[in-house]
Amino acid sequence: MSLIDNLLDYLRGDTKKTAVVAKERLQIILAHERAGRNANSPDYLPALQEELLAVIAKYIHVDRDMIKVQLEKHGDYEVLELNIMLPEDKRAGA
Amino acid sequence: MPKIIVVTSGKGGVGKTTTSASFASGLALRGNKTVVIDFDVGLRNLDLIMGCERRVVYDIINVINNEVSLKQALIKDKHCDNLYVLPASQTRDKDALNLEAVGRILDELKESFDCIVCDSPAGIEHGAFSAMYYADEALIVTNPEVSSVRDSDRILGILAAKSKRAVEGLDPVKEHLLVTRYDPKRVAAGEMLSVDDIQEILRIPLIGVIPESESVLQASNSGTPAIHLEKSDVAEAYRDLVARFMGDEVPMRFTTAEKAGFLKRLFGGR
Ligand SMILES: Nc1ncnc2c1ncn2[C@@H]1O[C@H](COP(=O)(O)OP(=O)(O)O)[C@@H](O)[C@H]1O
Ligand SMILES: [Mg+2]
Repeated sequence: MSLIDNLLDYLRGDTKKTAVVAKERLQIILAHERAGRNANSPDYLPALQEELLAVIAKYIHVDRDMIKVQLEKHGDYEVLELNIMLPEDKRAGA
Repeated sequence: MPKIIVVTSGKGGVGKTTTSASFASGLALRGNKTVVIDFDVGLRNLDLIMGCERRVVYDIINVINNEVSLKQALIKDKHCDNLYVLPASQTRDKDALNLEAVGRILDELKESFDCIVCDSPAGIEHGAFSAMYYADEALIVTNPEVSSVRDSDRILGILAAKSKRAVEGLDPVKEHLLVTRYDPKRVAAGEMLSVDDIQEILRIPLIGVIPESESVLQASNSGTPAIHLEKSDVAEAYRDLVARFMGDEVPMRFTTAEKAGFLKRLFGGR
């Protein structure tokens, strides 16, 4: 970041404080780690994630971090949640 | 019903031993017959913080190995009447702390104590696990810092899945968040996670906030648990913690930076 950028940020008052960055980073990593150690997350989830990733990679180039497979319990039933974040340019083109 | 309370964190150096000493002392001052156990086998330190290091003759491993009775190993605290210390061994290794033997000792202690405070070592291995396994309640000591918060979350996961209460399907271990080494000035400057941030992330009830303070070093220098210090924020914060643990309604303190007065700003000083 240049001095000018810093100055502009300062004037606009929008430099992200490190505590805010810390909180965001923790929320992301802990959501991930909690999902991983969830006792009733079935053991096919990692394999499912890998295979999905392989299929998707045939059509679009996505980052491994951009796909999340999660099993969530909502009351009596469970929801298999599949989240794929498409890269910027692909989203525009498609 | 006697209570087993583990003081734990995952990460080292966050204030578990400092907290165990003051918390146990506070419980005793409020009339509870209390014993505090050092589970940090190989790296014993609770004795120094309690100021009883020269009176250690036997330790928890001697008791586990049936070399001496519990009575012989317990050391009476010099500051409070109702308080005893069970030191860790300095020479043996952590594997001697097997779960079954620890259970036996805790059962025996339950016969004569109201509160059993377990000072956990760092990590999630053997020593830390045996300190938390039998817990009824847990003080999760957390610093406002990313690695400490993450490790606390990990410990919460283990308490919820692998503690005796979890394994046997009893009521879960009652978890309390204790934020230590808190610096409200840095929080106000956006340089440090706030108590609210930490609580929002870990999602367990807050039981206290202990400010960062130079007086903790003075307390450890002299072998006096910080709760006994005069005119100290840390001592008051630990007394509040104990009061809340006993069920009193005490508002949180030491969470906001006091506005420096004009003279203080002019001349500095703390
Ligand atoms: N509130 C506090 N303010 C300043 N220093 C502290 C505070 N609490 C603990 N410390 C210091 O932090 C260090 C680690 O504390 P300790 O209680 O031994 O941690 P742990 O048992 O978790 O490893 C010690 O040097 C101690 O004096
Ligand atoms: Mg310690």
